[in-house]
Amino acid sequence: MAGTITLTINGSSRTVPVAPGQSLLIMLHDNLDMTGAKYGCGEGVCGACTVLMDGEVTRSCITPAEMAAGKSITTIEGLEQNGKLHPLQAAFMENGALQCGYCTSGMIMSGVALLRKTPHPTDAEIVRFMDGNVCRCGLHPHIIRAIRQVSEGGEHV
Amino acid sequence: MSERAFHSTLIEADEGCFEPERYELRSEPGFQPCEMSRRAFLQTVGVGLVVVLALGESPAADAAPRGAPQEIGAWIHIDENSRITVFTGKVEVGQGIRTSLAQAVAEELRAPMSSIELVMGDTDLTPYDMGTFGSRSTPDMGSRLQKAAAAARELLRDLAAAQWKVDRTRLVVRDGKVTDPVTGASTPIGKLTRGEKLVKTILDTVPTTPAARWTIEGTSVPRVTGHEMVTGKHRYASNIMRPGMLHGSVLRADRLNASLVNADTTAAAAMPGVTVVRDGDFIGVTAPDTTTAADAVAAIKSEWKAPPQPSSTTIYDYLKTHSAESSGWERGGARETGSVDPVFAAGKPLKATYTIAYIAHTPMEPRAAVAEWSNGKLTVWTGTQRPFGVRSELATTFQIPEEQVHVIMPDTGGGYGGKHTGEVAVEAARLAKAVGKPVKVRWTREEEFTWAYFRPAGVIDVTSVAAPDGSITAWEFHNYNSGSSGIGPPYDIPNQRIEFHPAKSPLRQGSYRALAASANHFARESHIDELAHSVKMDPLKFRLRNLKDERLLAAVNAGADHFGWDKRTPGLGYGMACGTEKGSFLSTFAEVGIEGPARRVRVHRLVTAFDCGAIVNPAELRSQIEGAAMMGLGGALFEAMRFENGKILNGRLSEYRVPRFSDMPSIEAVLIDRKDQPSAGAGETGLMLIPAAIGNAIFNATGVRLRSMPLAPKGVPA
Repeated sequence: MAGTITLTINGSSRTVPVAPGQSLLIMLHDNLDMTGAKYGCGEGVCGACTVLMDGEVTRSCITPAEMAAGKSITTIEGLEQNGKLHPLQAAFMENGALQCGYCTSGMIMSGVALLRKTPHPTDAEIVRFMDGNVCRCGLHPHIIRAIRQVSEGGEHV
Repeated sequence: MSERAFHSTLIEADEGCFEPERYELRSEPGFQPCEMSRRAFLQTVGVGLVVVLALGESPAADAAPRGAPQEIGAWIHIDENSRITVFTGKVEVGQGIRTSLAQAVAEELRAPMSSIELVMGDTDLTPYDMGTFGSRSTPDMGSRLQKAAAAARELLRDLAAAQWKVDRTRLVVRDGKVTDPVTGASTPIGKLTRGEKLVKTILDTVPTTPAARWTIEGTSVPRVTGHEMVTGKHRYASNIMRPGMLHGSVLRADRLNASLVNADTTAAAAMPGVTVVRDGDFIGVTAPDTTTAADAVAAIKSEWKAPPQPSSTTIYDYLKTHSAESSGWERGGARETGSVDPVFAAGKPLKATYTIAYIAHTPMEPRAAVAEWSNGKLTVWTGTQRPFGVRSELATTFQIPEEQVHVIMPDTGGGYGGKHTGEVAVEAARLAKAVGKPVKVRWTREEEFTWAYFRPAGVIDVTSVAAPDGSITAWEFHNYNSGSSGIGPPYDIPNQRIEFHPAKSPLRQGSYRALAASANHFARESHIDELAHSVKMDPLKFRLRNLKDERLLAAVNAGADHFGWDKRTPGLGYGMACGTEKGSFLSTFAEVGIEGPARRVRVHRLVTAFDCGAIVNPAELRSQIEGAAMMGLGGALFEAMRFENGKILNGRLSEYRVPRFSDMPSIEAVLIDRKDQPSAGAGETGLMLIPAAIGNAIFNATGVRLRSMPLAPKGVPA
């Protein structure tokens, strides 16, 4: 390990060792054993590794870990608060928006970012924002329904 | 046998001419009877009631390879706290079987879903199972667990009757309790064994609850793993961590089918924390983290040699001219009914050739395994549809008895027929053995695109004749390499010649969701559309004219009604397809628009009407049908592997297009619940009609007949 970086992960300040050239995703996985964000493609085109960095959708597999120094990272593990699911997590379950579940963390993180920016997106806006997230089980209609349900429910996301 | 059974629905005339589609990439390795696991299981499991289902004259028993122990179907344990644990060798790959099998047990044991847990695909704990493929989990394991649970329920009733000294028939089993309505006595099911372990072996002949009286099966029970998926807590094989674990990576050849000329590993070996493991052509590394392992492999200089290999631009000629005895999982076969030649000679036969490109499964989770050796015993966590097959592969590779190998399958991130093999498990185990520590190997997406296996490419030649009244009089169908499942027409045709020709595949090929059925239905249902046009008949009316099967007719009519076939709008394209496969009967209807100067195909709407017998879980069934439609769009419109001389040219997700949100049509599933018919597995067949329905709709919109899958990767040719 070449050095360390200090960053905030899900509200807690952490100092983490990083290897040269290590991505944020591999740092989360190998150095912190936080495996909610998933490896899918390694080039930022499937969205399975999505985390929020200072609130922005970030593909952690192509983000050098060093770039996260001093930043605030939110991962899927940080969405549940005091044992209560985030409304979008609950909506994914209620709408059957997953099968194998491997894309789910990234889908939910992207969906949360969308709803924070645009609380009432049109279907076209949902499609445009979510198009970088791949689901191979083909649950796209259910995922859109889940996002729409939270948007219509007016809950704070 | 069961695999043959679903074939015979189509190929009744001379069943056996085609080998059953077995879905394995290679023949089953020699099986070493592994009775140990059953004994070990019975020792491991605590007090309570254990019901072991022995397979009697079940047709499914034949599906096991020769020499495999066939006597155990499943086992169920009810502990003192009335927790019910079900042990099955089937695995969850996203198809929802963990939920629907739990429903079967809850139904028969009259117990709450929350009291049931499934242990799946763990070779030390679950009975042998050949694998999760061919849509066999629902018809085989679902019915076995119904029987085991029904037997357990009756045993509980016996125990209570004996303890209370009352007539067993008046006792009610409900909500995890046995109750005597006369005395009001009631006890949780877990207390009836009174702290002892009671093991009962029952036969596969137990009566079960008819679908018409189901209260838990037949309902949309939510997915049991939903919570751990939406919180990111579920540990896929690629997320497993072990104390002291290292990360491994393997040196790959620069082309397929290459052998190593030389390699210089000096630079890699000098990297801090890196160990290079070399064993013949196998060169791998271990490192403290994934990044360092990848860097170390990149630092290895290697030279490879390989014979010249065909390319994707010449593949179809190649497949027709390079026949093989077997495709790797099935041999060739032919059958003839009546005589086609005189009909062809007398009329003007319609001839057409259809082609199917190789495509990649592209599961979101690439292959991954963690291997750990301890006192000569190997434990491997890996995402696979065949944990027992992987156990065999590992035992064979390391020349150890199967008892020394424990394969654990955490629910995996997508399979679609693509995770039948154990190569990544072998790689992790080789590295772990060499370095004496647990090792994880997780393939990169590029590795998955290159070194996994593909859905076979194929060429299909069809020749046919329809009489002026619309009846099909002769049908000849030759499939090269795609496979024979679904090869026979469901239509009532007096003269038929059907043949499957295996070929030498230049790419490694294997199973895929609705494998050969997709290719055969694409060719057949496209050709049926052409034939309908040749006699100037509406494609729906033409099909209805030639179909006899009552369930298929019902599915076609239900789809047409829901879609509104009679209310088509001019300017758009409409197409349909129908078929029966793996115990399901279905029709798919498509509406497409052609957009812009590039004539891009926009699929507006897909309607699939689906009869898979008695529906176990309507919401999950809908999810499977809709998901399959979405997945099917890719193979229909744009997915194809490009390759040249042993190199994959588009082996990255940025170069291989899969369906995305912006491709999503309106997808509607019309469920036909046949409570009088056995439940069929429905995870695959929703895929098989999508390409033909879309292709026929494109023809309807443009007059251009597309006969190659993918149909329009760059838009519809002018």
